Amino acid sequence: MKKSLASAVAACSLVTLPALAEPQAGGVVDTVIQPEPPGLVLGMIQNAPTRTVAGNIYEGLLRYDTDLNPMPQLAESWEVSDDGLTYTFHLRKGVKWHDGEPFTSADVVFSADVFHRELNPSARAVLQHIESIEAPDDHTVVFTLAEPFGPFLISFEAGTFTMVPKHIYEGTDFRNNEANNHPIGTGPFKFANWDRGTVIELVKNEDYYEDGLPYLDGINWHIIPDGASRAVAYENGTVDVLPYGTVENFDVPRLVEMDNSCVTQEGHEYFSPFAMLWMNNREGPTADKRFRQAVMYAMNRDFARDVLWNGLGEVPLSAFGSNARFQNEGLDPYEHDPDKARELLDEMGYDGEEIRLLPLPYGETWNRWAEAVQQNLKEVGINVRTEATDVGGWNQRLGDWDYDLAFTYLYQYGDPALGISRTYISSNIEKGSPWNNVEGYENERVDELFDLAATAHPDEKREEHYHNVQEILHEDVPVGWLLELGFPTIYRCNVKNLVTSGVGVNDGFKDAWIED
Amino acid sequence: MLYARLITMRLMKAIVVLFLIIIFNFFLIHMAPGDPAAILAGEAGATDKEFLRQLRERFGLDQPIYVQLWHYVSGIATLDFGYSYRQQMPVLDLILQRLPATLLLTGTAFVLSLALGILAGSLAAARVKKVSGSLIMALALLFYATPLFWVALMAVVLFSVYLDWLPAYGMYTVGAGLEGFALVLDVAKHLILPATTLALFFMAIYTRITRASMLEASQQDYVKTARAKGLKDRVIQRRHILRNALLPIITLAGLQAGQMVGGAILTETVFAWPGIGRLMYEALMQRDYNLLLGIFFFSAALVIVFNIVTDLVYRLADPRIKEAS
Repeated sequence: MKKSLASAVAACSLVTLPALAEPQAGGVVDTVIQPEPPGLVLGMIQNAPTRTVAGNIYEGLLRYDTDLNPMPQLAESWEVSDDGLTYTFHLRKGVKWHDGEPFTSADVVFSADVFHRELNPSARAVLQHIESIEAPDDHTVVFTLAEPFGPFLISFEAGTFTMVPKHIYEGTDFRNNEANNHPIGTGPFKFANWDRGTVIELVKNEDYYEDGLPYLDGINWHIIPDGASRAVAYENGTVDVLPYGTVENFDVPRLVEMDNSCVTQEGHEYFSPFAMLWMNNREGPTADKRFRQAVMYAMNRDFARDVLWNGLGEVPLSAFGSNARFQNEGLDPYEHDPDKARELLDEMGYDGEEIRLLPLPYGETWNRWAEAVQQNLKEVGINVRTEATDVGGWNQRLGDWDYDLAFTYLYQYGDPALGISRTYISSNIEKGSPWNNVEGYENERVDELFDLAATAHPDEKREEHYHNVQEILHEDVPVGWLLELGFPTIYRCNVKNLVTSGVGVNDGFKDAWIED
Repeated sequence: MLYARLITMRLMKAIVVLFLIIIFNFFLIHMAPGDPAAILAGEAGATDKEFLRQLRERFGLDQPIYVQLWHYVSGIATLDFGYSYRQQMPVLDLILQRLPATLLLTGTAFVLSLALGILAGSLAAARVKKVSGSLIMALALLFYATPLFWVALMAVVLFSVYLDWLPAYGMYTVGAGLEGFALVLDVAKHLILPATTLALFFMAIYTRITRASMLEASQQDYVKTARAKGLKDRVIQRRHILRNALLPIITLAGLQAGQMVGGAILTETVFAWPGIGRLMYEALMQRDYNLLLGIFFFSAALVIVFNIVTDLVYRLADPRIKEAS
């Protein structure tokens, strides 16, 4: 009988927890990265493969556990004032950049105030709430906010507020700095070599400030463009770890069933990718709330999770995922109910007008998912035509609002103000980008509630506003809520401690070790 | 002297053709939906318009298309192929970095397919009514008809996964730190599967063409004369039939040689061979205009060069062509 992957995941995490054997130093881990990153200077480049590789070279002030509680990293402690306006970070002493220069508060101020302000859109979203950043001494940094900003403390992850060396970048043209070919961070691994199209090699930072860490001598990121070849590389033993998204879902059960093969879906809690169905709120049948509700009732989301995603991930209740805070659990779930969907369609008088559906051009799983949804919708009488595109075409179609239904997935970033409100607030409607309020949903009350919630203090007040906004969204269905994705990381069981944080897919190798 | 004039004439024509190709490619690529800035922003999950604006401005994508074309063409005139948007490196560096790997792969495949194809074709022609001859042709037909990527995948499954004889992917063993002869051996081992896979298709074509054109040549009067003179069969095959059957093979070899830069996308992808084909495919998906145009330019230039070379080889193989021109 086929072993269910979800139970395998559970079993593996049970095994890893009591594994308190003494860690052994030494060994190199071979893994893969897909696609090849365009560069490794985190903060300057924010795409997923850069984050995954460079998350081991660079660090942020804080790290987050799998429940997204802050943990010390470059900051060893921090205080928040009672009014929620002043955040004081005490930096760890004796930290050195990979080139030997000391890391100080001046680097923090430069990174946040100059480097990220110019280059980094996700940091800019946080920076707009900051009034001043000051360094009273070499090991203290004080952020003063103009008004309270709930998710402030969760914004210091390495990929969002990367600490970059001031002595290398100050006064230069950041993007054309020679040092970009040889990234300098404070992290547990140093950049060694990048043979383009073949491998990126990182080696152990012998001077790392945390005693005994890292255990590994190095990491080789193999670059293998074909999914089937990546699976083969794991099967024949050249590669020990397959990070998220490197093999097609239908290959996952086969690889997990191999001897000495483990799998985990941890390490995604921070990003918590949320798959959604854009529905064009502007025109056509999708402009009618009843049609959008019908789509929710028509889709069999459990089927998609169990069959296409090997049982990993969670079917979301509503607009707020389980990893985002402040979820309103009192809402009535949209169960798979074709009759109700037909009823709603009759009531609105849907006349069989053709609906265009755009799959996400990210591989076979998404094509199959689009087929499954198409079939669900046909069952209730919706006339769907799937229109496949490549990434460029998909970007353009969504940016031009030229679609009726379209697949996408978005990161939740641990807080509704960072990852969720952007999809629903009307100030985020703007042609030309596939990542804003693409569906064109406008509701003044929703705008107001999201606004209030982001700056309310303390958390109880935020919760109230967020619960209210979820009720409105749940009724209006601006977009379809498909699945909180569970991406498996597949690895040899003797690679221990691979995922130790809520961003573990990107900063995991720090604690990892290989058992003989 | 005649050659020198011929080559000069051909080169001048080639430059005009190249120029037209550049302009054509430029518009072709810009007609594809989406632009590199949007794709880069998408990869970064960036939502703010400032980010997009910065990118477009940096790449010059905010300018009218004829200005962009002018920038590009005037750059090429000074052999400046521009900057890759995504890889943040000069296009020329990127291409030169990848060129040796691709030439090693396609060059090996070229020699392999040509040598084995002609050999198999001659054998098949000599054994035209025997079982062995038919067997060769059946095999050739099989390789000709089978999709390349499938052969590649099956070769990996057989030789790497089951038999564990050959590495499944890559160009050398990562982390082994090999040098000198050991490295050459290692690369050679990695080369076997992709080069053979790539060679099979052309080998099949050479086999078929060689056989057909040798059979035709063997009907000619001079072959009968040679036989009547009492020459040995082997000598007749080689000197009288094969030599006269060479022209179509040269034509085909010229075509294959012209594809050496861009013709191995599938093989390079399946075997993770760090060559130009992969670079081209990625550039296409990323709408990395400059990089894509740069690779197109090199491919086109190579096709033109090999056309000229083919012409010269014709003249060597068959001096009558020179007189006719």
